[in-house]
Amino acid sequence: MTRKGISKYTREKAAFSILRISLFLVLLILGIILYDIASKGLGVISWEFLTQPPRAGMTAGGIFPAMVGTFYVTVLAALLAVPLGIATAIYLNEYAQKGSLTRLIRISLRNLAGVPSIVFGLFGVALFVQKFGWGASLLAAGMTLGLLTLPVTVTAAEEALKTVPRSYREGGLALGATRWQMISTLVLPPAIPGMLTGVILGLARAAGETAPILFTGAAFFLPFLPGSPFSQFMALPYHLFVLATQHHDISTVRPLAYGTALVLLVLVFLLNLGAIVLRYRFRGHLQKGR
Amino acid sequence: MEATMNLKDKDFVPFKEEQPNSSRVVVYYDPKSNGTGKRPARKEKVKVEKLAFYYGTKQALQNINLDIIANEVTALIGPSGCGKTTYLRIINRMNDLIPGSRIEGKVLIDGEDIYGPEVDVVELRRRVGLVFQQPNPFPKSIYENVAYGPRIHGIRKKSLLDEIVEESLKQAALWDEVKDRFKDSALSLSGGQQQRLCIARVLAVRPEILLMDEPTSALDPVATQRIEDLIRTLASNYTIIIVTHNMQQAARISDTTAFFLLGEMVEQGKTSQIFTRPRDRRTEEYITGRFG
Ligand SMILES: Nc1ncnc2c1ncn2[C@@H]1O[C@H](COP(=O)(O)OP(=O)(O)O)[C@@H](O)[C@H]1O
Ligand SMILES: [Mg+2]
Repeated sequence: MTRKGISKYTREKAAFSILRISLFLVLLILGIILYDIASKGLGVISWEFLTQPPRAGMTAGGIFPAMVGTFYVTVLAALLAVPLGIATAIYLNEYAQKGSLTRLIRISLRNLAGVPSIVFGLFGVALFVQKFGWGASLLAAGMTLGLLTLPVTVTAAEEALKTVPRSYREGGLALGATRWQMISTLVLPPAIPGMLTGVILGLARAAGETAPILFTGAAFFLPFLPGSPFSQFMALPYHLFVLATQHHDISTVRPLAYGTALVLLVLVFLLNLGAIVLRYRFRGHLQKGR
Repeated sequence: MEATMNLKDKDFVPFKEEQPNSSRVVVYYDPKSNGTGKRPARKEKVKVEKLAFYYGTKQALQNINLDIIANEVTALIGPSGCGKTTYLRIINRMNDLIPGSRIEGKVLIDGEDIYGPEVDVVELRRRVGLVFQQPNPFPKSIYENVAYGPRIHGIRKKSLLDEIVEESLKQAALWDEVKDRFKDSALSLSGGQQQRLCIARVLAVRPEILLMDEPTSALDPVATQRIEDLIRTLASNYTIIIVTHNMQQAARISDTTAFFLLGEMVEQGKTSQIFTRPRDRRTEEYITGRFG
């Protein structure tokens, strides 16, 4: 069974090698980035760095306000994106008729997911900062990030809903459950871990975004923590951007920039790890059927 | 008998919590209460008139006139795709869920048009229980599976739930096997046990009619035997319609048999008559083709 020239086994080997080399390359690049950031950033990580505001024109001190700001703004984004995203997904997947309208909504969501984040930033300025009169603030930035995460959240939640077998739904309805009873008692419980996994991945992405918060509330330098949802705030990605490109003495603060990058990376990793753990437990639960 | 019949009235409100340990509930399940000895006169529970059903443009049923007698087991037989499942799901309006489907004709339960504008579909589905071809327990504990129906119908009281769960599991002949492992996942049961659990789950909402769509097709012979015994026992309290591929099964457990072919109901009669002296040549061909 040979074709002229190269046998199918040789082809198989060649294909496999190419795939393996690609994987290796990806891992290598990832490794180099991580090593670069870790080796240059680890030196500045200290208790002071993690718990103090920047000092001396941001050439010394820490990044505590930026960490807190990123935390707050991510929580606010979650407060918008999680309920709205899950509700939208439930509507689309469980209630909406499969018609041209729902198809249009889905296509819009897909496209929204591809809109550059700077566009979300401009939209946030127009809507939250100006129209709603919230000014440049935690709230405006959080909502902007929330909108950015929304398409991902909806898609992830829909995927999770689709994994719930039809037989559960039919079983519930056949017992005289209303649609909402069926959804809330039989569909959501097994779907929620999967939804959260998607939500966390989306938020992890959002936490690292600079463009959407740039005009909507992130501050260049604020030595204190935000006091209300209408305060401006420092955030890790923006702080990193400032240290790397906007500072008057970029070469001096370079190690601080790496330290900030490392903290941001660790934060995102932790979030992703949470998502993985959730997904893992979700699988276990499905198999045990609890 | 009088009390039993009353409980099955269409305006019977299940699960009045204000009367726990209600004698109604107990009477309903007490086999002795059924014991005046004589069966009630044969009376139609379900009347179907000039029924036609379409999936989009595809017609799945045409001109079906098929009445179901109360407290009997009616078997629906016929080759795959002839519309048995479609007919069954019309009776508890599960077909409503299929986009683009359309129904013509009349379906009456106790004289009431179940497709009428006043009908509460949710309540209808409580009254008309459906057991699926594949056992489909929820990914919950054994107890929670049976308690699911009563809970969604508003029962909160633990003692009443316990009572319903126990009665339903006993009725479904599963009690002895699971009474020590209520908290285990329903998915840890065998296929036959899962199907009996699904039957218990349906019984727990006190239906009047039981629809069963090839309930034993996924089961081994021993489990099948148990379900068949169970169906015979339940027949004294419920009106049962069972779809089956297995003609010996229809002959063993049903009082009435209806033969479907290509979306039409060809012949309906006493099971003994259908299997010994079918009137229609197509029925005879189908039966002998399978038996001989
Ligand atoms: N959801 C559906 N959409 C379109 N056609 C269907 C659907 N369900 C069943 N049918 C068709 O309707 C006919 C009757 O099906 P069914 O009632 O399932 O038959 P049976 O249970 O006797 O095997 C078949 O031709 C089948 O292909
Ligand atoms: Mg079928």
